Amino acid sequence: MSAPAIQAPRSRPAKASNFELNTWLFMRASGVLLLVLVFGHLFVNLMLGKGIHAIDFAFVAGKWANPFWQVWDLAMLWLAELHGMNGLRTIINDYATKQQTRFWLKTLLYFSAFIVLVLGTLVIFTFDPCIDPSSTLEVCRVK
Amino acid sequence: MWSWVAHRITGVTLFFFLFAHVIDTSMVRVSPEAYNTAVETYKNPIVGIMEVGLVAAFLFHGLNGIRVILVDFWSKGPRFQKQMTYGVLGIWVVLMIPFVIRHLSNVFGGGH
Repeated sequence: MSAPAIQAPRSRPAKASNFELNTWLFMRASGVLLLVLVFGHLFVNLMLGKGIHAIDFAFVAGKWANPFWQVWDLAMLWLAELHGMNGLRTIINDYATKQQTRFWLKTLLYFSAFIVLVLGTLVIFTFDPCIDPSSTLEVCRVK
Repeated sequence: MWSWVAHRITGVTLFFFLFAHVIDTSMVRVSPEAYNTAVETYKNPIVGIMEVGLVAAFLFHGLNGIRVILVDFWSKGPRFQKQMTYGVLGIWVVLMIPFVIRHLSNVFGGGH
């Protein structure tokens, strides 16, 4: 009677991807940062001063005159859009079963994320507070 | 189970809002008038109530996300997941109360 043959342990495929592990980790890391960034954003814009009634062009100009808020908003934009894009990718993978549907939903998703990231980034970096003729900011008075 | 469902629903809600919010903010690049018209929408009482819903969605999603992280990485996380759900709901209520009072009095109290 021969002993049962034990198969050699399977090895990891040579080109195994860590993509899903990396996105899983990204969701957690970006989530923690976003909790702080969005909480600060809401607190400053909606809780302080006159809250939502204070928000207008001059309010935005005042905030983006400070590089601190530019970096804050840029980080919030990129992290939130990528976090949300990956979340929706997961949801599409879970619920859309037809190959065609998955393809088109993801195409639409990546296209919209691209638009949001490019538009948002351009707006933060090319913002010009002086297009408001009544601006009281110092940079606008010098000209 | 229900916090998992709520996490997905709030997440999708926030994602769609982000799309709208980047578009409305981009009006600052058009003209001060275009931007002021866009944000005026947010000061409307009905939209003001929807903003309470958005902040509620954000706070739940963020706090529940911390709970998910603790379940994943903290050795005792899975054992205390239920208690942490009550913790999430408790902190959510504590944060929502001052926000609702402040925001709705801003929205309905004029202040123009």
